[in-house]
Amino acid sequence: MLLRAAPWLVIALLTLPVGLGVGLTVLPAFGYLPVLGGNSFTLQHWQALFASPGLSDSVLVSLQAGVLTPLLALSIVMMFLAGISGSGLERWIRRLVAPLLAIPHAAAAFGLAFLIAPAGLLARLVSPQISGWTRPPDALIVNDPLGLSLMLGLLIKEIPFLLLMALAALPQCDPQRRVAMARSLGYSPAVAWLLTVLPALYPLVRLPLYAVIAFASATVEVSMILGPTLPPTLSVAVLQWFSDPDLAWRFQAAAGALLQLGVTAFAMLLWRCLEALAAVLGRRWLAAGQRGRGESVVRVGGTFGVWLAAGLALGGLVALLMNSIAGFWRFPDNLPGAWTLQTWSRTLPEVSGPLGNTLGIAAASTAIALVLAVAVLEGEQRDGRKFTPALWLLYVPLVIPQIAFLFGLIVATEFLRWVPDWRLVLFAHLLFVLPYVFLALSEAYRRLDPRWAQLASTLGASPWRSFWRIRLPLLLGPCLTAAAVGIAVSVGQYLATQLPGAGRVPTITSEAVALASGGNRSIIAVWALLQSLLPMLGFLLALYVPRLVWRHRNGMRDRQ
Amino acid sequence: MTDQQTNATSHRLQLQDVRLSLRGTLLLALDADVCGGEIVTVMGPSGAGKSSLLAWLAGFLAPAFSASGTVLLDRRNVLALPAEQRRIGLLFQDPLLFPHLSVGGNLRFALPAGKQDKDARVQAALVAVGLEGYAARDPDTLSGGQKSRVALQRLLLSEPHAVLLDEPFSRLDASLRRDVRALVFSTLQRAGLPTLMVTHDPEDAEAAGGRIVQL
Repeated sequence: MLLRAAPWLVIALLTLPVGLGVGLTVLPAFGYLPVLGGNSFTLQHWQALFASPGLSDSVLVSLQAGVLTPLLALSIVMMFLAGISGSGLERWIRRLVAPLLAIPHAAAAFGLAFLIAPAGLLARLVSPQISGWTRPPDALIVNDPLGLSLMLGLLIKEIPFLLLMALAALPQCDPQRRVAMARSLGYSPAVAWLLTVLPALYPLVRLPLYAVIAFASATVEVSMILGPTLPPTLSVAVLQWFSDPDLAWRFQAAAGALLQLGVTAFAMLLWRCLEALAAVLGRRWLAAGQRGRGESVVRVGGTFGVWLAAGLALGGLVALLMNSIAGFWRFPDNLPGAWTLQTWSRTLPEVSGPLGNTLGIAAASTAIALVLAVAVLEGEQRDGRKFTPALWLLYVPLVIPQIAFLFGLIVATEFLRWVPDWRLVLFAHLLFVLPYVFLALSEAYRRLDPRWAQLASTLGASPWRSFWRIRLPLLLGPCLTAAAVGIAVSVGQYLATQLPGAGRVPTITSEAVALASGGNRSIIAVWALLQSLLPMLGFLLALYVPRLVWRHRNGMRDRQ
Repeated sequence: MTDQQTNATSHRLQLQDVRLSLRGTLLLALDADVCGGEIVTVMGPSGAGKSSLLAWLAGFLAPAFSASGTVLLDRRNVLALPAEQRRIGLLFQDPLLFPHLSVGGNLRFALPAGKQDKDARVQAALVAVGLEGYAARDPDTLSGGQKSRVALQRLLLSEPHAVLLDEPFSRLDASLRRDVRALVFSTLQRAGLPTLMVTHDPEDAEAAGGRIVQL
């Protein structure tokens, strides 16, 4: 009964709030919001929106980030995979990349800022010997008006994400045999991979890719830290209008949120055109039959891109760590003059409240998501058929810009006179945690040899006994990994914390992002490190708990 | 119920007018009446639906297949029952010892709920196949022959009323195959269980010594 209802519950949970949220954004955008005295429909808020200074710049930067960074990230990941095909390194790369994915967007953005800023770690490393700088160069690197550092910050998170998604889908494409076949026809390995594996792999990473586009075109926290400020990206502008003490701005914020929806949709449309173009060019390339060319470009490009992304992400963490324990640090010096734990000891007492909120909401949303995901997948196993027709619905909260529907949900809760508290935040987090937990778990769950459950039933075990005693223990590793993913997603949420909580439910992430404009580097560093620490702990536990539990079971070693 | 008592009550598995189809195409048609202690062998080329026949009898046919006919176990229509209530045991090609349970845990899992002295039964089952003291072992550390023996004992502890064998010796190497085969056949015959085996190995059919159905 529970299992029968689970798929519908999941779909309703993920689509209804999003639909309602978008719907309730439309009304105030056209002037209807009785609580604020808007009783008639009007276009004046759109006129005000389009008259607001710098709007076109805001839209362009958002659009550029939404199309260019996914394109770059996808190219780098595919070239990288083409270059390493057949090397057997896939498993290792999965292990190495997972921690990068665990770093929340905001922490990665802070790390990057501390690394590339005029007075950042990189400038210090080359100064004064190489660069000749004795004072920080007068250049706007972070928050540059073109949004370059914003795009770099997005890239260092998108590359590991797409890499993991592609690696998870890769075995379904049977890459070894395809490449071997093409090589026997005279194609060099990386080119063979691009021509024979990529066309099969791309459809499998398409939905995650659209999630990347949605995030990149509408991110709030990365823009607040790295993006342009005057004007900011569209999503940040909308949030500023929404947060204005003068509630009349809400109408324009609603119109802006709808415009954001349009910008993201337009980015996806452009992407569709690129797909069509790539298909035409790809077919020509295939038909041309050129064998040797491009091999080294592909290999070097992919390797360089991935290592650069990994290096910047890890370098950012180092920069955060150094800043968090730096005493006085004169500019061209490579290292601080003194080390101190003062910032840590002063900040930690303030951490306990937000930390408790973060952990509680992450644990609760992950637990709910895990139960629902397991219920859907277990029901699938028992029915013997896949729940595919509705699979794309899982992505609904991930491909619609957060601000476009969270806005409407806030309007709904205000209309219902619900006081913003942790329950609303928990619910908002669930919208993003559930899809990722499901995606993380479904592959392993569906791949588990069906004979285990069949065998259990021929031995007289009921479906529930076989679930608790056989299937769940066999899937302990994947379940814990999915839980770690859920916790990482929840910990990293900024907008889904800030809007439903109305700032009254501070988490590590919301506090860290709030410090972005403040500029005390060592305090920011402490919060950003804490923010990275929680997801990493989750992934570490997911890796080592199964090993500990199954230390006397050799047969469980390859299942993690 | 002890093994001796199982001997006394002879079970009977009847397949009447069974037809198995894959997406509308008839794969096989079969009638068989298997008495207690008898091993009936179904032979046929791969793709003939042999394994699917067993999956259907055991209660988990893939949705692409459809089947019709009557299957009686001790005059009871088993097709109306879920897999776990059919009392039809199945030996797969692989021993499939649950990797997360110990050898003893695997055996215990098969014991019907509410049994007394479970430990003693597990011990006796291990002694019967020369694996005394193996209860705490990790199944992954057992040899191929030992795994097969544990799988057989696990099947018996679940007290089936009929047994299906799905090419159970095909993955064993030649020297081991003969010993395991002899042990499985003699054990099932001694237990008085009607057994239906599918195989493409003529030696299996010959060693079973029962009727052979060619598809």
